[in-house]
Amino acid sequence: MVFPAPAIAFLLLTMLFPVAFTLYMSVQRWEFSALDPPTFIGLRNYADFLFNDARFWPSVARTFAFTLLAVAVETVLGVAIALIFNREFLGKGLIRTIFLFPMVATPVAIALVWATMFDPNLGVLNYFVEELGLPPVLWTSDADWVLPALALVDIWEWTPFITLITLAGLSSLPSEPYEAARIDGASPRQILWDLTLPMLRPTIVVAVLFRAIDALKTFDIIQVITQGGADFSSETLNIYAFQNAFNYYHLGYASAILVFFFMLVMGVSILLLRVRRAAE
Amino acid sequence: MSTGTAVATGRRSVAAARARPGFGGLARRVAFYALVIVILLPFLFVFYWMIINSFKTLVDAQAWPPKFWGFTPTLANYRALFQDPANPFLDFTINSLVIATGATLLGLILGLPAAYSIARYKQNGLGLVILTARIMPGISFLVPLYIIFSRLGMIDTYSSLIISHLIVTMPIIVWLMVGFFEDLPRELEEAARVDGASMFGTFWRISLPLSKAGIVASAILAFIFSWNNFMFSLVLTSVNTKTLPVAVFNFMGYSSINYGAISAAAALITLPVIVLVLFVQRHIVQGLTAGGIKG
Repeated sequence: MVFPAPAIAFLLLTMLFPVAFTLYMSVQRWEFSALDPPTFIGLRNYADFLFNDARFWPSVARTFAFTLLAVAVETVLGVAIALIFNREFLGKGLIRTIFLFPMVATPVAIALVWATMFDPNLGVLNYFVEELGLPPVLWTSDADWVLPALALVDIWEWTPFITLITLAGLSSLPSEPYEAARIDGASPRQILWDLTLPMLRPTIVVAVLFRAIDALKTFDIIQVITQGGADFSSETLNIYAFQNAFNYYHLGYASAILVFFFMLVMGVSILLLRVRRAAE
Repeated sequence: MSTGTAVATGRRSVAAARARPGFGGLARRVAFYALVIVILLPFLFVFYWMIINSFKTLVDAQAWPPKFWGFTPTLANYRALFQDPANPFLDFTINSLVIATGATLLGLILGLPAAYSIARYKQNGLGLVILTARIMPGISFLVPLYIIFSRLGMIDTYSSLIISHLIVTMPIIVWLMVGFFEDLPRELEEAARVDGASMFGTFWRISLPLSKAGIVASAILAFIFSWNNFMFSLVLTSVNTKTLPVAVFNFMGYSSINYGAISAAAALITLPVIVLVLFVQRHIVQGLTAGGIKG
Protein backbone atom coordinates (compact mmCIF):
# COMPACT_ATOMS: atom_id res chain seq x y z
CA MET A 1 0.00 0.00 0.00
CA VAL A 2 2.99 2.28 0.49
CA PHE A 3 4.88 2.14 -2.79
CA PRO A 4 2.35 3.85 -5.11
CA ALA A 5 1.94 6.74 -2.64
CA PRO A 6 4.47 9.10 -4.28
CA ALA A 7 2.93 8.53 -7.70
CA ILE A 8 -0.55 9.25 -6.40
CA ALA A 9 0.64 12.29 -4.50
CA PHE A 10 2.20 13.61 -7.69
CA LEU A 11 -0.94 12.88 -9.68
CA LEU A 12 -3.06 14.80 -7.17
CA LEU A 13 -0.57 17.62 -7.07
CA THR A 14 -0.43 18.13 -10.83
CA MET A 15 -4.21 17.99 -11.15
CA LEU A 16 -5.38 19.82 -8.03
CA PHE A 17 -2.68 22.46 -7.71
CA PRO A 18 -3.62 24.21 -10.98
CA VAL A 19 -7.25 24.34 -9.84
CA ALA A 20 -6.31 25.95 -6.54
CA PHE A 21 -3.80 28.26 -8.18
CA THR A 22 -6.25 29.43 -10.87
CA LEU A 23 -8.83 30.21 -8.17
CA TYR A 24 -6.22 32.16 -6.18
CA MET A 25 -4.99 34.11 -9.22
CA SER A 26 -8.53 34.91 -10.31
CA VAL A 27 -8.98 37.32 -7.38
CA GLN A 28 -5.64 39.07 -7.95
CA ARG A 29 -4.51 41.75 -10.28
CA TRP A 30 -1.12 40.90 -11.76
CA GLU A 31 0.54 41.85 -15.02
CA PHE A 32 3.45 39.42 -14.56
CA SER A 33 5.71 42.18 -13.28
CA ALA A 34 8.49 41.51 -10.80
CA LEU A 35 8.14 45.02 -9.35
CA ASP A 36 4.38 44.91 -8.86
CA PRO A 37 3.42 41.78 -6.95
CA PRO A 38 -0.13 40.43 -7.27
CA THR A 39 -2.70 42.55 -5.41
CA PHE A 40 -5.94 41.16 -4.02
CA ILE A 41 -8.90 42.82 -5.75
CA GLY A 42 -11.75 40.50 -4.71
CA LEU A 43 -14.20 39.67 -7.46
CA ARG A 44 -13.34 42.67 -9.63
CA ASN A 45 -11.87 40.53 -12.43
CA TYR A 46 -15.13 38.61 -12.64
CA ALA A 47 -17.21 41.79 -12.63
CA ASP A 48 -14.97 43.24 -15.33
CA PHE A 49 -15.37 40.48 -17.89
CA LEU A 50 -19.03 39.91 -17.07
CA PHE A 51 -20.08 43.55 -17.40
CA ASN A 52 -17.33 45.69 -18.96
CA ASP A 53 -15.58 43.63 -21.61
CA ALA A 54 -16.78 44.01 -25.18
CA ARG A 55 -14.80 40.95 -26.31
CA PHE A 56 -15.98 38.53 -23.63
CA TRP A 57 -19.61 37.68 -24.42
CA PRO A 58 -19.09 37.53 -28.19
CA SER A 59 -16.31 35.00 -27.57
CA VAL A 60 -18.68 32.92 -25.42
CA ALA A 61 -21.27 32.99 -28.20
CA ARG A 62 -18.66 31.96 -30.78
CA THR A 63 -17.47 29.10 -28.58
CA PHE A 64 -21.01 27.74 -28.48
CA ALA A 65 -21.69 28.37 -32.17
CA PHE A 66 -18.50 26.57 -33.20
CA THR A 67 -19.15 23.64 -30.85
CA LEU A 68 -22.80 23.24 -31.82
CA LEU A 69 -22.09 23.36 -35.54
CA ALA A 70 -19.08 21.04 -35.43
CA VAL A 71 -20.48 18.46 -33.02
CA ALA A 72 -23.94 18.37 -34.65
CA VAL A 73 -22.50 17.69 -38.11
CA GLU A 74 -19.97 15.21 -36.71
CA THR A 75 -22.71 13.29 -34.91
CA VAL A 76 -25.06 13.04 -37.90
CA LEU A 77 -22.27 12.17 -40.35
CA GLY A 78 -20.41 9.93 -37.91
CA VAL A 79 -23.45 7.84 -37.03
CA ALA A 80 -24.58 7.65 -40.67
CA ILE A 81 -21.15 6.45 -41.80
CA ALA A 82 -21.05 3.89 -38.98
CA LEU A 83 -24.43 2.50 -40.06
CA ILE A 84 -23.17 2.17 -43.64
CA PHE A 85 -19.94 0.45 -42.53
CA ASN A 86 -21.74 -1.85 -40.10
CA ARG A 87 -21.43 -5.07 -42.12
CA GLU A 88 -18.72 -7.44 -43.18
CA PHE A 89 -17.02 -6.40 -46.40
CA LEU A 90 -13.61 -6.59 -47.96
CA GLY A 91 -11.43 -3.67 -46.83
CA LYS A 92 -13.28 -2.89 -43.60
CA GLY A 93 -10.11 -3.22 -41.53
CA LEU A 94 -8.27 -0.87 -43.86
CA ILE A 95 -11.04 1.71 -43.56
CA ARG A 96 -10.88 1.56 -39.76
CA THR A 97 -7.16 2.30 -39.98
CA ILE A 98 -7.63 5.17 -42.42
CA PHE A 99 -10.28 6.64 -40.10
CA LEU A 100 -7.71 6.85 -37.30
CA PHE A 101 -5.41 9.13 -39.28
CA PRO A 102 -7.34 12.44 -39.11
CA MET A 103 -7.67 12.09 -35.32
CA VAL A 104 -4.02 11.39 -34.55
CA ALA A 105 -2.24 13.42 -37.24
CA THR A 106 -0.49 16.43 -35.67
CA PRO A 107 -3.20 19.13 -35.46
CA VAL A 108 -0.75 21.92 -36.32
CA ALA A 109 0.26 20.10 -39.52
CA ILE A 110 -3.36 19.44 -40.47
CA ALA A 111 -4.28 23.05 -39.74
CA LEU A 112 -1.46 24.25 -42.03
CA VAL A 113 -2.65 22.06 -44.89
CA TRP A 114 -6.20 23.37 -44.45
CA ALA A 115 -4.85 26.93 -44.33
CA THR A 116 -3.31 26.40 -47.77
CA MET A 117 -6.57 24.90 -49.03
CA PHE A 118 -8.58 27.89 -47.69
CA ASP A 119 -6.49 30.40 -49.67
CA PRO A 120 -9.12 32.46 -51.56
CA ASN A 121 -6.94 32.87 -54.69
CA LEU A 122 -4.83 29.73 -54.96
CA GLY A 123 -6.57 27.33 -52.61
CA VAL A 124 -7.95 24.06 -53.89
CA LEU A 125 -11.28 24.52 -52.08
CA ASN A 126 -12.25 27.48 -54.23
CA TYR A 127 -11.28 25.45 -57.29
CA PHE A 128 -13.85 22.82 -56.26
CA VAL A 129 -16.40 25.53 -55.47
CA GLU A 130 -15.94 27.08 -58.91
CA GLU A 131 -16.11 23.69 -60.63
CA LEU A 132 -19.51 23.28 -58.99
CA GLY A 133 -20.52 26.58 -60.62
CA LEU A 134 -20.68 28.49 -57.33
CA PRO A 135 -19.08 31.86 -56.57
CA PRO A 136 -15.70 31.62 -54.74
CA VAL A 137 -15.65 32.08 -50.97
CA LEU A 138 -13.16 34.06 -48.85
CA TRP A 139 -13.17 31.28 -46.23
CA THR A 140 -11.12 32.30 -43.19
CA SER A 141 -10.72 35.91 -44.37
CA ASP A 142 -14.48 36.46 -44.27
CA ALA A 143 -16.07 37.27 -40.90
CA ASP A 144 -19.18 35.25 -41.77
CA TRP A 145 -17.35 32.23 -43.13
CA VAL A 146 -14.48 31.85 -40.70
CA LEU A 147 -16.33 29.90 -37.97
CA PRO A 148 -17.98 27.45 -40.40
CA ALA A 149 -14.61 27.02 -42.14
CA LEU A 150 -12.89 26.17 -38.83
CA ALA A 151 -15.79 23.89 -37.93
CA LEU A 152 -15.18 22.12 -41.24
CA VAL A 153 -11.62 21.32 -40.15
CA ASP A 154 -12.91 20.03 -36.81
CA ILE A 155 -15.55 17.94 -38.63
CA TRP A 156 -12.86 16.46 -40.87
CA GLU A 157 -10.71 15.62 -37.84
CA TRP A 158 -13.38 14.20 -35.54
CA THR A 159 -16.23 12.65 -37.53
CA PRO A 160 -14.20 9.39 -37.52
CA PHE A 161 -14.23 9.46 -33.71
CA ILE A 162 -18.04 9.31 -33.64
CA THR A 163 -18.00 6.67 -36.39
CA LEU A 164 -15.58 4.36 -34.57
CA ILE A 165 -17.36 4.66 -31.21
CA THR A 166 -20.73 4.06 -32.90
CA LEU A 167 -19.34 1.02 -34.73
CA ALA A 168 -18.16 -0.42 -31.41
CA GLY A 169 -21.62 0.26 -29.97
CA LEU A 170 -23.32 -1.41 -32.96
CA SER A 171 -21.24 -4.56 -32.62
CA SER A 172 -22.35 -5.00 -29.00
CA LEU A 173 -26.10 -4.68 -29.67
CA PRO A 174 -28.13 -7.80 -28.82
CA SER A 175 -29.50 -9.77 -31.79
CA GLU A 176 -32.80 -10.94 -30.24
CA PRO A 177 -34.75 -7.70 -30.85
CA TYR A 178 -33.76 -7.87 -34.52
CA GLU A 179 -35.02 -11.43 -34.89
CA ALA A 180 -38.28 -10.45 -33.23
CA ALA A 181 -38.63 -7.42 -35.52
CA ARG A 182 -37.99 -9.53 -38.60
CA ILE A 183 -40.63 -12.05 -37.55
CA ASP A 184 -43.04 -9.15 -37.06
CA GLY A 185 -42.26 -8.03 -40.60
CA ALA A 186 -40.68 -4.67 -39.72
CA SER A 187 -39.23 -2.73 -42.66
CA PRO A 188 -35.51 -1.88 -42.68
CA ARG A 189 -36.41 1.75 -42.09
CA GLN A 190 -38.55 0.90 -39.07
CA ILE A 191 -35.73 -1.26 -37.72
CA LEU A 192 -33.29 1.65 -38.05
CA TRP A 193 -35.45 4.33 -36.44
CA ASP A 194 -37.35 2.29 -33.85
CA LEU A 195 -34.72 -0.26 -32.87
CA THR A 196 -31.11 0.53 -33.78
CA LEU A 197 -30.99 4.25 -33.04
CA PRO A 198 -32.82 4.08 -29.67
CA MET A 199 -30.53 1.24 -28.54
CA LEU A 200 -27.49 3.22 -29.68
CA ARG A 201 -28.49 6.38 -27.85
CA PRO A 202 -26.33 5.87 -24.71
CA THR A 203 -23.26 5.21 -26.90
CA ILE A 204 -23.91 8.27 -29.04
CA VAL A 205 -24.43 10.49 -26.01
CA VAL A 206 -21.05 9.44 -24.56
CA ALA A 207 -19.34 10.15 -27.89
CA VAL A 208 -21.05 13.55 -28.06
CA LEU A 209 -19.97 14.28 -24.47
CA PHE A 210 -16.30 13.71 -25.25
CA ARG A 211 -16.57 15.65 -28.50
CA ALA A 212 -18.38 18.58 -26.87
CA ILE A 213 -15.76 18.89 -24.10
CA ASP A 214 -12.94 18.99 -26.67
CA ALA A 215 -14.74 21.20 -29.18
CA LEU A 216 -15.42 23.83 -26.50
CA LYS A 217 -11.68 23.84 -25.76
CA THR A 218 -10.48 23.83 -29.41
CA PHE A 219 -7.16 25.66 -29.58
CA ASP A 220 -4.64 24.34 -32.09
CA ILE A 221 -6.53 24.70 -35.36
CA ILE A 222 -7.90 28.15 -34.49
CA GLN A 223 -4.54 29.45 -33.25
CA VAL A 224 -2.75 28.18 -36.37
CA ILE A 225 -5.28 29.11 -39.04
CA THR A 226 -6.74 32.44 -37.83
CA GLN A 227 -5.43 33.32 -34.32
CA GLY A 228 -8.92 34.61 -33.61
CA GLY A 229 -9.33 36.62 -36.86
CA ALA A 230 -10.76 37.70 -39.24
CA ASP A 231 -11.28 40.78 -37.09
CA PHE A 232 -11.95 38.73 -33.88
CA SER A 233 -14.71 36.74 -35.59
CA SER A 234 -13.15 33.40 -34.64
CA GLU A 235 -12.00 34.44 -31.17
CA THR A 236 -13.44 31.76 -28.92
CA LEU A 237 -13.25 31.80 -25.12
CA ASN A 238 -10.13 29.62 -25.07
CA ILE A 239 -8.33 31.81 -27.60
CA TYR A 240 -9.38 34.96 -25.71
CA ALA A 241 -8.14 33.52 -22.40
CA PHE A 242 -4.85 32.60 -24.07
CA GLN A 243 -4.50 36.13 -25.47
CA ASN A 244 -5.08 37.60 -22.03
CA ALA A 245 -2.62 35.29 -20.35
CA PHE A 246 0.27 35.13 -22.80
CA ASN A 247 -0.04 38.15 -25.10
CA TYR A 248 -1.23 40.82 -22.63
CA TYR A 249 0.09 39.05 -19.48
CA HIS A 250 -3.12 39.85 -17.58
CA LEU A 251 -2.64 36.69 -15.56
CA GLY A 252 -5.23 37.48 -12.89
CA TYR A 253 -7.86 38.47 -15.41
CA ALA A 254 -7.11 35.42 -17.57
CA SER A 255 -7.43 33.16 -14.52
CA ALA A 256 -10.88 34.56 -13.73
CA ILE A 257 -11.94 33.88 -17.32
CA LEU A 258 -10.55 30.35 -16.99
CA VAL A 259 -12.63 29.71 -13.86
CA PHE A 260 -15.71 30.79 -15.82
CA PHE A 261 -14.60 28.63 -18.76
CA PHE A 262 -14.05 25.59 -16.54
CA MET A 263 -17.52 25.96 -15.04
CA LEU A 264 -19.00 26.33 -18.50
CA VAL A 265 -17.40 23.10 -19.78
CA MET A 266 -18.36 21.37 -16.53
CA GLY A 267 -21.96 22.60 -16.93
CA VAL A 268 -22.20 21.25 -20.48
CA SER A 269 -20.74 17.91 -19.33
CA ILE A 270 -23.23 17.57 -16.47
CA LEU A 271 -26.07 18.44 -18.83
CA LEU A 272 -24.99 15.73 -21.28
CA LEU A 273 -24.56 13.17 -18.49
CA ARG A 274 -28.16 13.92 -17.44
CA VAL A 275 -29.26 13.24 -21.02
CA ARG A 276 -27.40 9.97 -20.89
CA ARG A 277 -29.05 8.93 -17.66
CA ALA A 278 -32.43 9.75 -19.17
CA ALA A 279 -31.53 7.65 -22.20
CA GLU A 280 -30.70 4.57 -20.18
CA MET B 1 -33.67 10.32 -44.53
CA SER B 2 -31.23 9.60 -47.30
CA THR B 3 -29.20 7.91 -44.56
CA GLY B 4 -32.04 5.58 -43.76
CA THR B 5 -32.53 4.55 -47.36
CA ALA B 6 -28.82 4.18 -47.97
CA VAL B 7 -28.57 1.83 -45.03
CA ALA B 8 -31.67 -0.04 -46.00
CA THR B 9 -30.61 -0.61 -49.60
CA GLY B 10 -27.09 -1.40 -48.48
CA ARG B 11 -28.25 -4.04 -46.05
CA ARG B 12 -30.53 -5.61 -48.61
CA SER B 13 -27.76 -5.59 -51.21
CA VAL B 14 -25.48 -7.72 -49.05
CA ALA B 15 -28.23 -10.21 -48.36
CA ALA B 16 -29.16 -10.29 -52.01
CA ALA B 17 -25.58 -10.70 -53.10
CA ARG B 18 -25.23 -13.74 -50.89
CA ALA B 19 -28.51 -15.26 -52.02
CA ARG B 20 -27.98 -15.03 -55.78
CA PRO B 21 -24.65 -13.89 -57.14
CA GLY B 22 -26.26 -12.68 -60.33
CA PHE B 23 -25.94 -9.37 -62.14
CA GLY B 24 -28.21 -7.44 -59.76
CA GLY B 25 -26.15 -8.48 -56.73
CA LEU B 26 -22.95 -7.46 -58.43
CA ALA B 27 -24.34 -4.07 -59.41
CA ARG B 28 -25.41 -3.45 -55.82
CA ARG B 29 -22.04 -4.45 -54.53
CA VAL B 30 -20.36 -2.04 -56.94
CA ALA B 31 -22.75 0.68 -55.76
CA PHE B 32 -21.83 -0.05 -52.13
CA TYR B 33 -18.10 0.21 -52.80
CA ALA B 34 -18.69 3.42 -54.76
CA LEU B 35 -20.42 4.83 -51.66
CA VAL B 36 -17.50 3.73 -49.45
CA ILE B 37 -15.05 5.51 -51.75
CA VAL B 38 -17.15 8.69 -51.77
CA ILE B 39 -17.10 8.65 -47.96
CA LEU B 40 -13.34 8.07 -47.74
CA LEU B 41 -12.38 10.59 -50.41
CA PRO B 42 -12.50 13.80 -48.33
CA PHE B 43 -10.56 12.18 -45.47
CA LEU B 44 -7.84 10.90 -47.79
CA PHE B 45 -7.70 13.98 -49.99
CA VAL B 46 -6.23 16.24 -47.30
CA PHE B 47 -3.33 13.82 -46.81
CA TYR B 48 -2.94 13.38 -50.56
CA TRP B 49 -2.84 17.14 -51.04
CA MET B 50 -0.25 17.57 -48.28
CA ILE B 51 2.03 14.92 -49.78
CA ILE B 52 1.60 15.92 -53.42
CA ASN B 53 2.22 19.61 -52.68
CA SER B 54 5.36 18.79 -50.74
CA PHE B 55 6.92 17.56 -54.00
CA LYS B 56 5.93 20.63 -56.05
CA THR B 57 8.10 23.53 -57.11
CA LEU B 58 6.89 27.01 -56.15
CA VAL B 59 5.49 27.45 -59.67
CA ASP B 60 3.59 24.15 -59.63
CA ALA B 61 2.26 24.78 -56.11
CA GLN B 62 0.80 28.11 -57.26
CA ALA B 63 -0.60 26.85 -60.56
CA TRP B 64 -4.22 27.56 -61.44
CA PRO B 65 -6.12 25.33 -61.94
CA PRO B 66 -4.34 23.39 -59.16
CA LYS B 67 -2.25 20.42 -60.35
CA PHE B 68 -3.63 17.18 -58.93
CA TRP B 69 -1.06 15.07 -60.78
CA GLY B 70 1.22 15.19 -63.81
CA PHE B 71 3.98 17.55 -62.68
CA THR B 72 7.71 16.88 -62.30
CA PRO B 73 8.26 16.06 -58.63
CA THR B 74 11.10 17.73 -56.75
CA LEU B 75 12.76 17.06 -53.41
CA ALA B 76 13.78 20.71 -53.12
CA ASN B 77 11.26 21.47 -50.35
CA TYR B 78 12.59 18.70 -48.11
CA ARG B 79 16.20 19.59 -48.88
CA ALA B 80 15.52 23.24 -48.03
CA LEU B 81 14.01 22.25 -44.67
CA PHE B 82 17.23 20.61 -43.55
CA GLN B 83 19.66 23.09 -45.14
CA ASP B 84 18.24 26.42 -44.01
CA PRO B 85 20.55 27.57 -41.18
CA ALA B 86 17.95 30.07 -39.97
CA ASN B 87 15.47 27.25 -39.50
CA PRO B 88 17.34 24.17 -38.21
CA PHE B 89 14.69 21.53 -38.72
CA LEU B 90 16.95 18.76 -37.51
CA ASP B 91 17.33 20.54 -34.16
CA PHE B 92 13.57 20.92 -33.84
CA THR B 93 13.13 17.23 -34.58
CA ILE B 94 15.66 16.35 -31.88
CA ASN B 95 13.88 18.67 -29.42
CA SER B 96 10.55 17.01 -30.15
CA LEU B 97 12.08 13.55 -29.76
CA VAL B 98 13.83 14.37 -26.46
CA ILE B 99 10.75 15.98 -24.92
CA ALA B 100 8.27 13.33 -26.08
CA THR B 101 10.56 10.48 -24.99
CA GLY B 102 11.29 12.11 -21.62
CA ALA B 103 7.64 12.86 -20.92
CA THR B 104 6.65 9.32 -21.90
CA LEU B 105 9.28 7.62 -19.72
CA LEU B 106 8.57 9.83 -16.72
CA GLY B 107 4.85 9.35 -17.36
CA LEU B 108 5.35 5.58 -17.18
CA ILE B 109 7.42 5.76 -13.99
CA LEU B 110 4.75 7.83 -12.24
CA GLY B 111 1.67 6.58 -14.07
CA LEU B 112 2.12 2.81 -13.83
CA PRO B 113 2.18 2.56 -10.00
CA ALA B 114 -0.69 5.05 -9.80
CA ALA B 115 -2.76 3.06 -12.32
CA TYR B 116 -1.95 -0.17 -10.48
CA SER B 117 -3.11 1.17 -7.17
CA ILE B 118 -6.31 2.57 -8.70
CA ALA B 119 -7.02 -0.81 -10.35
CA ARG B 120 -6.24 -2.89 -7.26
CA TYR B 121 -7.61 -0.73 -4.49
CA LYS B 122 -10.58 0.89 -6.20
CA GLN B 123 -9.51 4.44 -5.55
CA ASN B 124 -12.46 5.96 -7.31
CA GLY B 125 -11.57 9.44 -6.15
CA LEU B 126 -8.59 9.39 -8.46
CA GLY B 127 -10.77 8.58 -11.43
CA LEU B 128 -12.70 11.73 -10.63
CA VAL B 129 -9.46 13.72 -10.51
CA ILE B 130 -8.53 12.50 -13.98
CA LEU B 131 -12.02 13.33 -15.25
CA THR B 132 -11.67 16.84 -13.85
CA ALA B 133 -8.35 17.14 -15.65
CA ARG B 134 -10.17 16.10 -18.83
CA ILE B 135 -12.55 19.03 -18.45
CA MET B 136 -9.95 21.61 -17.36
CA PRO B 137 -8.80 23.97 -20.10
CA GLY B 138 -5.11 23.39 -20.84
CA ILE B 139 -4.37 27.07 -20.13
CA SER B 140 -5.29 26.50 -16.45
CA PHE B 141 -2.27 24.19 -16.22
CA LEU B 142 -0.13 26.48 -18.31
CA VAL B 143 -0.52 29.68 -16.26
CA PRO B 144 0.90 28.25 -12.99
CA LEU B 145 3.58 26.31 -14.88
CA TYR B 146 4.62 29.43 -16.73
CA ILE B 147 4.87 31.50 -13.53
CA ILE B 148 6.83 28.81 -11.65
CA PHE B 149 9.23 28.07 -14.52
CA SER B 150 9.83 31.80 -15.07
CA ARG B 151 10.68 32.29 -11.39
CA LEU B 152 13.08 29.34 -11.51
CA GLY B 153 14.62 30.55 -14.79
CA MET B 154 13.55 27.28 -16.42
CA ILE B 155 11.65 28.59 -19.45
CA ASP B 156 13.01 27.03 -22.65
CA THR B 157 14.72 24.07 -20.96
CA TYR B 158 14.15 20.38 -21.58
CA SER B 159 13.25 19.79 -17.92
CA SER B 160 10.42 22.32 -17.86
CA LEU B 161 9.02 21.00 -21.13
CA ILE B 162 9.18 17.39 -20.06
CA ILE B 163 7.42 18.26 -16.79
CA SER B 164 4.71 20.21 -18.61
CA HIS B 165 4.20 17.42 -21.15
CA LEU B 166 3.68 15.01 -18.24
CA ILE B 167 0.27 16.63 -17.90
CA VAL B 168 -0.43 15.33 -21.40
CA THR B 169 1.14 11.87 -21.11
CA MET B 170 0.22 10.79 -17.58
CA PRO B 171 -3.59 10.81 -17.84
CA ILE B 172 -3.44 8.62 -20.98
CA ILE B 173 -1.09 6.14 -19.36
CA VAL B 174 -3.11 5.96 -16.15
CA TRP B 175 -6.44 5.73 -17.96
CA LEU B 176 -5.34 2.93 -20.31
CA MET B 177 -3.33 0.99 -17.73
CA VAL B 178 -6.10 0.92 -15.11
CA GLY B 179 -8.07 -1.14 -17.62
CA PHE B 180 -5.14 -3.46 -18.31
CA PHE B 181 -4.33 -4.04 -14.63
CA GLU B 182 -7.97 -4.71 -13.82
CA ASP B 183 -8.04 -7.46 -16.44
CA LEU B 184 -5.02 -9.29 -14.99
CA PRO B 185 -5.85 -12.55 -13.22
CA ARG B 186 -5.53 -11.91 -9.50
CA GLU B 187 -4.58 -15.50 -8.68
CA LEU B 188 -1.01 -15.01 -9.93
CA GLU B 189 -0.48 -11.99 -7.73
CA GLU B 190 -2.03 -13.69 -4.73
CA ALA B 191 0.22 -16.70 -5.25
CA ALA B 192 3.26 -14.42 -5.34
CA ARG B 193 2.16 -12.74 -2.13
CA VAL B 194 1.67 -16.11 -0.43
CA ASP B 195 5.20 -17.05 -1.48
CA GLY B 196 6.44 -14.01 0.38
CA ALA B 197 6.86 -11.45 -2.39
CA SER B 198 6.48 -7.85 -1.27
CA MET B 199 3.80 -5.59 -2.67
CA PHE B 200 6.36 -3.88 -4.88
CA GLY B 201 7.94 -7.20 -5.84
CA THR B 202 4.57 -8.51 -7.01
CA PHE B 203 3.96 -5.38 -9.05
CA TRP B 204 7.48 -5.40 -10.54
CA ARG B 205 7.93 -9.10 -11.25
CA ILE B 206 4.37 -10.32 -11.92
CA SER B 207 1.99 -7.54 -12.91
CA LEU B 208 4.26 -5.43 -15.11
CA PRO B 209 5.62 -8.27 -17.28
CA LEU B 210 2.06 -9.52 -17.78
CA SER B 211 0.92 -6.10 -19.02
CA LYS B 212 3.69 -5.57 -21.55
CA ALA B 213 1.26 -5.10 -24.46
CA GLY B 214 -0.67 -2.45 -22.56
CA ILE B 215 2.48 -0.64 -21.50
CA VAL B 216 3.73 -0.49 -25.09
CA ALA B 217 0.37 0.77 -26.34
CA SER B 218 0.02 3.46 -23.69
CA ALA B 219 3.65 4.53 -24.16
CA ILE B 220 3.17 4.94 -27.92
CA LEU B 221 -0.04 6.89 -27.42
CA ALA B 222 1.56 9.10 -24.80
CA PHE B 223 4.47 9.74 -27.15
CA ILE B 224 2.07 10.75 -29.96
CA PHE B 225 0.16 13.14 -27.70
CA SER B 226 3.37 14.79 -26.55
CA TRP B 227 4.74 14.93 -30.10
CA ASN B 228 1.51 16.62 -31.26
CA ASN B 229 1.26 19.06 -28.36
CA PHE B 230 1.21 22.67 -29.44
CA MET B 231 -0.08 24.95 -26.68
CA PHE B 232 2.37 24.05 -23.90
CA SER B 233 5.36 24.12 -26.24
CA LEU B 234 4.21 27.41 -27.80
CA VAL B 235 4.40 29.17 -24.43
CA LEU B 236 7.29 27.36 -22.74
CA THR B 237 9.81 27.04 -25.59
CA SER B 238 12.02 29.58 -27.26
CA VAL B 239 15.18 29.23 -29.38
CA ASN B 240 16.72 26.27 -27.51
CA THR B 241 13.92 23.75 -27.15
CA LYS B 242 11.48 24.70 -29.90
CA THR B 243 9.49 21.63 -30.91
CA LEU B 244 8.34 20.77 -34.44
CA PRO B 245 4.72 22.00 -34.15
CA VAL B 246 5.88 25.39 -32.86
CA ALA B 247 8.65 25.60 -35.46
CA VAL B 248 6.23 24.87 -38.28
CA PHE B 249 3.71 27.35 -36.90
CA ASN B 250 6.40 30.07 -36.93
CA PHE B 251 7.58 28.84 -40.32
CA MET B 252 4.19 29.68 -41.84
CA GLY B 253 4.73 33.33 -40.90
CA TYR B 254 7.68 33.94 -43.20
CA SER B 255 6.88 31.58 -46.04
CA SER B 256 3.15 32.09 -46.14
CA ILE B 257 2.91 31.68 -49.91
CA ASN B 258 5.33 28.76 -50.32
CA TYR B 259 2.80 25.96 -50.04
CA GLY B 260 5.32 23.35 -51.14
CA ALA B 261 7.59 24.12 -48.20
CA ILE B 262 4.69 24.26 -45.72
CA SER B 263 3.38 20.91 -46.98
CA ALA B 264 6.81 19.30 -46.70
CA ALA B 265 7.09 20.44 -43.08
CA ALA B 266 3.57 19.24 -42.30
CA ALA B 267 4.29 15.86 -43.91
CA LEU B 268 7.50 15.41 -41.93
CA ILE B 269 5.72 15.98 -38.60
CA THR B 270 2.80 13.74 -39.47
CA LEU B 271 4.69 10.78 -40.91
CA PRO B 272 6.08 9.35 -37.62
CA VAL B 273 2.62 9.60 -36.04
CA ILE B 274 0.99 7.68 -38.88
CA VAL B 275 3.64 4.96 -38.63
CA LEU B 276 3.26 4.67 -34.84
CA VAL B 277 -0.52 4.50 -35.09
CA LEU B 278 -0.28 1.32 -37.13
CA PHE B 279 1.11 -0.43 -34.02
CA VAL B 280 -1.56 0.65 -31.56
CA GLN B 281 -4.72 0.78 -33.67
CA ARG B 282 -6.92 -1.07 -31.22
CA HIS B 283 -6.21 1.31 -28.35
CA ILE B 284 -6.48 4.65 -30.13
CA VAL B 285 -10.14 5.38 -29.53
CA GLN B 286 -9.88 4.46 -25.86
CA GLY B 287 -6.79 6.62 -25.58
CA LEU B 288 -8.56 9.52 -27.23
CA THR B 289 -11.43 9.35 -24.79
CA ALA B 290 -8.85 9.66 -22.02
CA GLY B 291 -8.17 12.62 -24.13
CA GLY B 292 -5.08 14.21 -22.78
CA ILE B 293 -5.09 17.94 -22.73
CA LYS B 294 -6.15 19.22 -26.11
CA GLY B 295 -6.52 22.90 -25.49
